[in-house]
Amino acid sequence: MAEGLATAHAEPTSTGLDHRKMGFWAFLGSECMFFGSLIATYMAFKGRSASGPQPHEILNIPLTSISTFVLLMSSLLMVLALAAVQRGDRLGMKLWLFGTPFFGAIFLGFQVYEFVTFVEEGLTLQVNLFGGSFFVLTGFHGAHVSVGVIWLLTLWVMALRNRLTPRDATLVEIAGLYWHFVDIVWIVIFTFVYLLQ
Amino acid sequence: MIEPTAERPHPSIRTYLMVGAVLAVITAVEIAVFYITAFARFLAPTLIVLSIAKFSLVVMFFMHLRFDHRIFRWLFVGPLAIAVGVVLALVALFVTG
Repeated sequence: MAEGLATAHAEPTSTGLDHRKMGFWAFLGSECMFFGSLIATYMAFKGRSASGPQPHEILNIPLTSISTFVLLMSSLLMVLALAAVQRGDRLGMKLWLFGTPFFGAIFLGFQVYEFVTFVEEGLTLQVNLFGGSFFVLTGFHGAHVSVGVIWLLTLWVMALRNRLTPRDATLVEIAGLYWHFVDIVWIVIFTFVYLLQ
Repeated sequence: MIEPTAERPHPSIRTYLMVGAVLAVITAVEIAVFYITAFARFLAPTLIVLSIAKFSLVVMFFMHLRFDHRIFRWLFVGPLAIAVGVVLALVALFVTG
């Protein structure tokens, strides 16, 4: 029902599918290749740092495990937000659309703390191949999370002003696709960068 | 015109909560496996399988790829396959090179 309303709100397309959603999936496909190349670079440089801190000396698994859990749970809040918008549940959409970027901001806080600690311990972009590829990969991911936090906060403000209705479900769904994408990228980073040292 | 009937209803709240719980449990297992020394020999394959499971659950249920039109699936899986290919090719080049 909600999907039908959202589709009715969109322009008719030759495929019969919402062109915003179609375009966004194509964008996520390109993002797959972007992060794939960054992960490939990290993997290719792995174990080739001649000097400076090495992954097993510096990576903080307990801390990153907590931030990983926080980001995963933010994805759960995101689908609850979408379901609330589709149902027209005003309290639910306000609550979950705030909770999702709030958890995202907590994740970013962990990442900032991690970066500051690493720099203090001597790991910088220039010090070795591990530092360069690690900061570029996780930094780009963090930048994506930051964009997602801002995007979701704008939706939350719209919800606070009662400007989000079931007709706007596709807008929230697209923001959700982006948010879940940064989550799946982190799932891969957590395994290949942090756990498989 | 693409078949409009190919999209199915999205999962229920209960399903979302169950998937969230499974994701939390898998993450806990990943961390446990990392610290248990007896698993050291099988660490890489175990963690990769668990990571694929988490990735698939989020994509299928939270991103609704299991329920949405299959054209979305191909728009995502195609580039994802290229990305995986790039990772494997680069790793193979550098490991054997």
